[in-house]
Amino acid sequence: MQYLVSVIDDTAGLATPDEMAAIDAFNDHLQAEGHWVFACGLAAPSSATVIDNRGEETMFTDGPFLESKEYLAGFWIVEAADLDVALKLAAEGSKHCNRKVEVRPVL
Amino acid sequence: MSLVDVRAAVTQAHHEEWARVVAALTRRFGDLDIAEEAAAEAFATAVGRWPADGVPPSPGAWLTTTASRKAIDRIRRENKLDDKQKEAQLLYGDDPPEPLGAIDDERLRLIFTCCHPALAMETRVALTLRMVGGLTMPEIARAFLVQETTVGQRITRAKAKIKAARIPYRVPSAADLPARVSGVLAVLYLVFNEGYLATSPDTDPVRHDLTAEAIRLTRLIRALMPGDGEVAGLLALMLLTEARRTARVSASGELVTLDEQDRGTWDAALIAEGHRLVRERLAARVAPGRYQILAAISAVHTSARDLRDTDWSQVVALYDQLVRLDPSPIIALNRAIAVAELDGPEVALAAVDRLEHKLAGYHAYHATRADLLRRLGRSQKSRAAYGKAIELAGNTAETAYLTRRRDQLG
Repeated sequence: MQYLVSVIDDTAGLATPDEMAAIDAFNDHLQAEGHWVFACGLAAPSSATVIDNRGEETMFTDGPFLESKEYLAGFWIVEAADLDVALKLAAEGSKHCNRKVEVRPVL
Repeated sequence: MSLVDVRAAVTQAHHEEWARVVAALTRRFGDLDIAEEAAAEAFATAVGRWPADGVPPSPGAWLTTTASRKAIDRIRRENKLDDKQKEAQLLYGDDPPEPLGAIDDERLRLIFTCCHPALAMETRVALTLRMVGGLTMPEIARAFLVQETTVGQRITRAKAKIKAARIPYRVPSAADLPARVSGVLAVLYLVFNEGYLATSPDTDPVRHDLTAEAIRLTRLIRALMPGDGEVAGLLALMLLTEARRTARVSASGELVTLDEQDRGTWDAALIAEGHRLVRERLAARVAPGRYQILAAISAVHTSARDLRDTDWSQVVALYDQLVRLDPSPIIALNRAIAVAELDGPEVALAAVDRLEHKLAGYHAYHATRADLLRRLGRSQKSRAAYGKAIELAGNTAETAYLTRRRDQLG
């Protein structure tokens, strides 16, 4: 079973070099233990564009679809047998990237 | 067998077997929802059939078999299974039992799943009372003064989350066990406390249904984990508190504080059982957790035949120990109450006043100040503090007590 571990950021900056090093170490651990599926960091929300092509015309809107203090800064997708395993990984991830994280099952 | 006897047998089976039936079915079918519904149907069938057929020799086995049939009926109805293998598994296929940890009981898996930390506290409480305690949704709704639909939604959402997020159905590993057990005990303590000091003006001040249920479930956990010190501690704490229940509210519905209680009405059997548990933990010579210390404090109080015999230095020493484990302002407040008996109200008041910024919204903070100020003869300040305490208190017996105390000030 796969889980999305979203990194919730409420700081202005990107990860510091120390945080990046810790994240790399955690990623190595995920790979070694067979939990790794995918992970990436995201550029600032201000770089986002929202697209709505449900109507006749394609609409482009500058900026994130949700303006909030907290935003998605990156994510992991991990393989875990159950929520207890996923929560443990997410707790380590939170420590390593020094941010809050949210766990959601992938369908 | 008379109808009354049969009814009693069903009630007894419900108390003793409900959690076991739900647990066995959850294990077999991997679904709490199916297990709960099938268990409820099996008990309803028992109510209909046992008066005519007689109570079966092994009610638990009868109920589990009946519930399993109901579950299979439902799964067939919903899936229209034609896959022969699946069918065979439904009929015969208990998985070979997994290697179990230190504790081997289906009901424990159920308890740990219902009290999983990924669920909100109010959800854990509702789910535990329903799945483990066997309370109905209306009973739970009445217990916590919420709409029945709210309880229903909470439980439905919880079952959906358990399924979708795959919250495991198992006893946590030894490394995780202490933290998870303390999560379970927190749920039971919350149920007990809501019973012992109901927070709403719309219920009885003491709710025996809730205290009794909390004790019953804690006894169950104690039976399943007899070596766990905090489980023993919480059970002892509940028993020693419950022992004073009838002395705690006067005939006129007013709270009676420990110093004014008629100690002759305390339940001697419960006190003896609580004291036995406390002694057992002392003999274990393992550093006690918070429930064991709270139980020990309760044991000191219930050992004193008269208020004046209370060993206050022992009470304060235990609170000191507790503060080191849990530096919360509420513990500090209770410590100050004991300090008042040992070192006088002046010293205690200074300690209480230091807690103002943390406890200004808590009725017991103001009630404690009011009492200390009264004992120091500072009536005007005491009156104001009683006023604030009355404003913030929700429990009817407590409000009545505080009001009388305020009105008695000179």
